[in-house]
Amino acid sequence: MIRGPVMLLVLPALVTVGVIATATFGGDELRRVLSLADYNTRIVVLGTTLLGAAAGLIGTFTYLRKRAMVADALAHATLPGIAAAFLIVGQKEIVPLLVGGAIAGTLGVLCVMGLRRIPRIHEDAAIGIVLSVFFGIGLILKSAATQLSMGDQAGLDRFIYGTTAGLIKQDAWLIGMTAVLILLTVLLLFKEFRLLCFDAAYARSLGRRVRVLDLLMMALVVITTVVGLQAVGLILVIALLIIPAAAARFWTDDLATMTWLSVEFGAASGFVGALISGSYANLPAGAVIVICAGVLFFFSMGFAPERGAVFAWWRRYALRRRIGRQHVLRALAEHEERYGNLATLPLARLQQTRSWRASELRTLIYRCRAADELTIDPSDNIRLTPTGRVRAHRLLRNHRLWELYLIRYADVAPTHVDRDADQIEHVLPASITVELERLLAEKQTAIPASPHPMGDVS
Amino acid sequence: MTWSWQGDGTVILVAMLAGCACALVGSYLVLRRMSLMGDAISHAVLPGLVIAFLITHSRGIGAMLIGAVVVGILTALLTQMVARYGKVEEGAAMGVVFTILFAIGLVLIRRATDHVDLDPSCVLYGNIAHIYADAFHGTPVALKNLAIVFALNLVFVVAFYKELKVSAFDPGLSSTLGINANLMHYALMILVALTAVVSFEAVGSILVIAMLIVPPVTAYLLTDRLGIMLLLSVVFSGLAAVMSHLAVIAFPVWFNTPIQPDTSAMMTVFAGLFLAVAIVVAPRRGLASQAWQHMALRLQIRREDILGILYRFQEHLGDETAAAMPTEELRRIFGHGPLTSYALRSLRRRRLTVKIGGSSLALTEKGLHRAERLIRSHRLWETYVAQHSDLPLDHLHEPAERVEHFIGPRLETALREEVADPQADPHGRSIPSGHPEKND
Repeated sequence: MIRGPVMLLVLPALVTVGVIATATFGGDELRRVLSLADYNTRIVVLGTTLLGAAAGLIGTFTYLRKRAMVADALAHATLPGIAAAFLIVGQKEIVPLLVGGAIAGTLGVLCVMGLRRIPRIHEDAAIGIVLSVFFGIGLILKSAATQLSMGDQAGLDRFIYGTTAGLIKQDAWLIGMTAVLILLTVLLLFKEFRLLCFDAAYARSLGRRVRVLDLLMMALVVITTVVGLQAVGLILVIALLIIPAAAARFWTDDLATMTWLSVEFGAASGFVGALISGSYANLPAGAVIVICAGVLFFFSMGFAPERGAVFAWWRRYALRRRIGRQHVLRALAEHEERYGNLATLPLARLQQTRSWRASELRTLIYRCRAADELTIDPSDNIRLTPTGRVRAHRLLRNHRLWELYLIRYADVAPTHVDRDADQIEHVLPASITVELERLLAEKQTAIPASPHPMGDVS
Repeated sequence: MTWSWQGDGTVILVAMLAGCACALVGSYLVLRRMSLMGDAISHAVLPGLVIAFLITHSRGIGAMLIGAVVVGILTALLTQMVARYGKVEEGAAMGVVFTILFAIGLVLIRRATDHVDLDPSCVLYGNIAHIYADAFHGTPVALKNLAIVFALNLVFVVAFYKELKVSAFDPGLSSTLGINANLMHYALMILVALTAVVSFEAVGSILVIAMLIVPPVTAYLLTDRLGIMLLLSVVFSGLAAVMSHLAVIAFPVWFNTPIQPDTSAMMTVFAGLFLAVAIVVAPRRGLASQAWQHMALRLQIRREDILGILYRFQEHLGDETAAAMPTEELRRIFGHGPLTSYALRSLRRRRLTVKIGGSSLALTEKGLHRAERLIRSHRLWETYVAQHSDLPLDHLHEPAERVEHFIGPRLETALREEVADPQADPHGRSIPSGHPEKND
């Protein structure tokens, strides 16, 4: 888990890594880009960094509200608005186009929300319907604009594919203002948004206007999308709204931390992506930014502590190994119980007590031996050491106590308790063992006899 | 524009084949709540197409298909992986995966522009106008390919009807029946990728996404049977193709403009229109039908409430013979709206009430019977609630008022047994006798 001042270091660290990586692999115009000497480069880098931050900020909340893919519908839904505004205004004035896009995007979000209320139309279908039908209408309007020769189509295509390199000062200002607007709203309504994301029903019971909050949240997404369109294009703005938030989620369970991380991830992707694409010819900035975010995502998914896949896998593996070792020890304890202490058990017979693969069992035995729990002689006869015996007896005792408990208090048939106890014995803490002893009135050290017939391994 | 069978006929056929092929596999996507997989795959195949092109240096359909199928499967796999190992919600996982793949595709395209003539907008919009032109030089390749894909989808859907059905509705059951739901899932994904790629060139990815989702949802609103749903979704796709092309031809004439919209874009609009109509008129689930049911229920409740008032009035007067209540008084109680007027009229038409002295209303014998049943339900429920909960006396009326309309003969008998057949309700008013079975 990441918390505290460490968070402040994430962005500089990521940016440094990005810059070093760019510098290492070299680029055509590397030095000029890295020094940010060029005015245009400064504008582009500033614009994409702010966009990444803004999208990461609002994306956190849509992600947690499980509305991530609504951004997909919304981004596509802006097209008819932009095209219609283009047809009406008749020139590539940026503000009317953005207003048109925002109106159509809002309409799209409302349609998704309305369609979802209809029986048999689920969230996914509602999103798909809105995005395809709205986009279809947009294409018709767009082709109308082209056929009326009202100007080159590139003006509108710019919104679909985005032209990062063409960002001008005005665009950067717009993105900056959006980021500030979102920041202010989130600061003001942080508590409300938190409630909405984690327990909407509770928010409603507290008298919060859930629908108004939802709409407000979606309105912020609409604004981010619309100003992001011309920077990175339609599909990639969706990515910026989803990926940084999803990546941040791996590192923390705390909303404020996650929000902050998501902003940093978004900003770092924007910064480094624009830098890389500026250093090489022929690299579309929007796509590179998204790939940077993707790298962050997969890194987080793999290596975040606790939620990351690698550590989770390692923890599962360690647990399996521990359970396997305990099974070996218990099998030996049961053998000793039957044939007296110091009885040795041949490996072949041990293997028959469970569905062990030979290689798996051998590994387990070597691990036990390394922990000085058993000895194995050259002819594969196994015997518990004093240390191992203490542990094995404790395990066997836990197993039997649980079996007795199940029989006495849970009405489980004696023939069925072995398996249940088998699963629980590894995780019984000492406090529960004491409780079991009290309930079953068992002595502190004795191992109760097995309540069911023991299968003999021959 | 004049109609030409060769040109327009081919365009319609191409649009129909693409739409129907999509609708067949899309039905299962909708049922499995994975509609957006179509969206994700149609965007994500971009890098597959570019890599296939870079390797083979040709735009041959074979290489494109292989590239698309590989990336299509990769999309499905990665989505599943991110959702499972990263515990990311399925929709968001899809969003993460397809946008990254799309971005990789864009980078590849740009890096390869020197020796590639591949335009991402071709994938997005398709080029159905080319089909029109090509049709005059023999059968267009797109038509042949689409026919093959449609046939493939049809054979798959028919041959694995049972397997697909079980794995779509109940993956758990399908495993116990020995049907590998996962295998079905990936087979479906392969077909979605194939269909998408073959349709791209002709009609564009937006139409693919629309046809994968919209006609199946329309059909799903109209029927409960899978077979009929498949059939309807294919019919709607076909119809959308025909009507959209006719509309495209008619457009310049009707609106007197030189603008001629694109058939495939128009087709998504028509599919959307069909859906809008279905949402309104669908039997049982449609908005109209639901509004009608709601209205009918409100009317019934209003009628019963009027009968109840008349009964209580009569009871209050202690008069067994018809005691009339002024209509104006009833209107004052129930409001002057059309619902009350209609309820009053329909009560008279059903001979449950009778007009006395021009402006007063009384129960007929039949009406009395009906009112007794209602009051019995009301008071039995009050008694039951009083016996089984700690509600104070003055809080019993409200719940009974709501529930009285929904107590049928069987529930009434059960209630009567439960409260040991009392003569009076908790307020001391008598519970009308009578045998519920005898009533209509």
